[in-house]
Amino acid sequence: MYIRNTKDFYAGLVFLFFGIAAMVLAASYQIGTAAKMGPGYFSFTLGSVLTVIGLVISLRSLSRGEGLRKALSYRVKPVILVLSSVILFGLLLRPLGLLLSTFILVFVSSMASYEFKKKEAILNAFVLLAIVLIIFIYFLKFQIPIWPSFLAGRL
Amino acid sequence: MDLLSNLALGFQTAISPQNLLYCFLGTLIGTLIGVLPGIGPVQTIAILLPATFALPPVTGLIMLAGIYYGAQYGGSTTSILVNVPGEASSVVTCLDGYQMALQGRAGAALTISALGSFVAGSFATLLLAVLAVPLSEIALKFGPAEYFSLMVFGLIGSIVFASGSVIKAVGMIVLGLLLGVVGTDITSGTQRFCFGIPELADGIGFVSLAMGLFGIAEIIKSLEQREKRDILKSKISGFWMTKKEIKAAAPAVVRGTLTGSLLGIMPGGGAILASFISYMLEKKISRNPESFGKGNIRGVASPESANNAAAQTAFVPLLTLGIPPNVVLAMMAGAMMIHGIQPGPRVISSNPTLFWGLIVSMWLGNLMLVILNLPLIGIWVRLLSVPYRVLYPAILLFCCIGLYSVNNNTFDIGLTALLGFLGYLFAKLECEPAPLILGFVLGPMMEENLRRAMLLSRGDPSVFFTRPLSLAFLLMALAMLVVVTVPAIRRRREDAFQEEGEER
Repeated sequence: MYIRNTKDFYAGLVFLFFGIAAMVLAASYQIGTAAKMGPGYFSFTLGSVLTVIGLVISLRSLSRGEGLRKALSYRVKPVILVLSSVILFGLLLRPLGLLLSTFILVFVSSMASYEFKKKEAILNAFVLLAIVLIIFIYFLKFQIPIWPSFLAGRL
Repeated sequence: MDLLSNLALGFQTAISPQNLLYCFLGTLIGTLIGVLPGIGPVQTIAILLPATFALPPVTGLIMLAGIYYGAQYGGSTTSILVNVPGEASSVVTCLDGYQMALQGRAGAALTISALGSFVAGSFATLLLAVLAVPLSEIALKFGPAEYFSLMVFGLIGSIVFASGSVIKAVGMIVLGLLLGVVGTDITSGTQRFCFGIPELADGIGFVSLAMGLFGIAEIIKSLEQREKRDILKSKISGFWMTKKEIKAAAPAVVRGTLTGSLLGIMPGGGAILASFISYMLEKKISRNPESFGKGNIRGVASPESANNAAAQTAFVPLLTLGIPPNVVLAMMAGAMMIHGIQPGPRVISSNPTLFWGLIVSMWLGNLMLVILNLPLIGIWVRLLSVPYRVLYPAILLFCCIGLYSVNNNTFDIGLTALLGFLGYLFAKLECEPAPLILGFVLGPMMEENLRRAMLLSRGDPSVFFTRPLSLAFLLMALAMLVVVTVPAIRRRREDAFQEEGEER
C-alpha cells in the first residue's frame, strides 16, 4: 500500500478524528428519537457522517501501485512564532498590561519573517502602540489594562 | 408606492451624521484593505466586528457592508497599476487593466472601473430593494422542513463554486455544523462539547473562528514565502476616456452588471465568481477575442462592474432568506446575530429602519467611493510600499485586541490561536475554510429546523420529500452535487480554477 496523496490522506485522518470524537461525546448526551430529538441526535448524526467522509477520503488516497505523490511542504518557524506570540499576548495582557504585551506580540511575531530586522520591528512596535492607544483606548474606549498590574496602584 | 416610502425611510436612516460617518469610514477602510494584498474583507470584518459592539446595529452593519464593497473598488486599483490583485475578485482585472496601464491608459482604466462599479452598484442596490419584499414574503410561508432543505441547498451551493475536492468541502461543511453545535443546547440546556470550560457554554465565538481561520492561518501561510514587491512603473495621466473607449465600455458595463447581479444572488456566488464569469462571457461574445489580455477596455469594464454588482446582490439571500451565499456574507450574518438580529425574512418587517437604511447606505457608499477613489489613488499606491513584514504584526495585534474586547477575557485569544493552527493545517491539506464558516453559521438553525420538522411529522423523514418546495430545494442540491461530480464537468471546473491559479 502506498499513500498516493499525502494531503488527502491526512485531511481524511483529521475528519476521522473529529468525526469519532463527536460521536463518542454525543453518545454521552441524550440521543432521543427522530420525533423527539435529544441534544445528542444531531451531533451524533453529523459525527457519523464526518467519520464516513474521513474514511472515504483517506482510503481513496491510497493505492496499490506507486503513483504520483503529492508531498507536504511547510515551514515550522512561522507556525510556532506566530501562534506563540498570540498565546503570549493572551497570557500576559492581564499581568503585564497592554504596553508590554503589545511589544512582545509585535517583536515575537516579526521574527517569523524571512526579512526580519530587529530595529524595524522595534520601531513598528512603537508606532503600533501609538495607533492602538489613540484608536482603541482614546476613541473606542476599550476597557483594557494598560499598565502592568503590579504598577497599577502606584501610577 | 411602497418601495418609494421604504426608500425614503432608508434615506432618513442612512443620512444621519453618525451613519454617514461610519459608511464613509467603512468604504475608506474597505478601499484601503482592498489595495493591500494579504488582507481582505473577511479578515477586516473579523477584526472590526468587536469595534461595532458599541454602535447601534444599523450603524455597525453599514460600516461592515462598506468594507465589503469598498474592497471591490480598492482591489481593482492595484490590479491596474501594479498588476497585483489586492482582492481575489479583481484577479481578472489585471489581465487587461495592467496592459492598459502599460499603454499609458491607466487613468482611463481606473475611471471605467470606478464608473462601472458605480453603475453596477446602483443597479444591484435597486434590485435588492425590489426583490427583498416579495422574496421575504415567500420565505415567511416556509415551514421548518422547507427551511432545512433550503439550508442544505445553500450549503451544497457553496461547494460547487469553491475550488478543490468536493468531498473535502462536504467534510468541511459537516465539521462547521459540528463546531456550530458547541455550547448550551437551547432546548434541553445540556452543555455540548464544552469539556467543562465555562467560556465555551455560549459556544465558540464567531469572531474567534473567523479570525483564527482567516486571520492567523493566512498570516502563517503567507510567511512561508519571501516577499515580492512590484514597483509602479507606469504613470497615471488623463482620467478621461476617449469616445471609442466609452463606446466599447458602456455595453460591457451593462452586461457585467447583469451577470454580476444574477451570480451574486445564487448560493455560492459572489464577487469572485462574478468577475471571472463576466470576463469569460465578454471574451466569448467579442468579435475579436484575441484583443483580450492586450489592454481591451471591455476586459476591465465588465468584470469590475460584475464584482461590484455581485457584492451587493449577495445581500439578497442573506436578508430575505437568512442564508449567506458566501463567506463575507456569513461574516455579516455573524455580525447581525452578535447584535441580536436573526438574519432572515423577518428582518424587513421587524427592523425596517435597519433593512432600508442598510440598502440606501450602500448606494450612498458607492457614490462616496467614486468621489473618494479617483483623487486618492496616489495615496493608495504609496500604501503598497508598506512591506508585509510590517503589516502582519499589526493585523495580529488588532485581532488580539479585538478578541479581548469581545468578552473582556483572554480565553478567546488562546482559542483563536488554536483555531488558527487548525486553519493552517486545513490550508496545508487543501481543505477550503469557506464552507466550514457557512456550516458554522447555519449549524444551530439547521438543527432547530430539523428538530421542529421531525417533531411535526412525528419522526417521519418523508416530510422533506412530500412537501413540494422542500423537495425542489433538495433536488436542486442533488443536481448541483451530481454536476460537480460528473467527471467531464469536474475536469472543466478544475481547468477553470487552474486558470485562476496561474493568473494569480
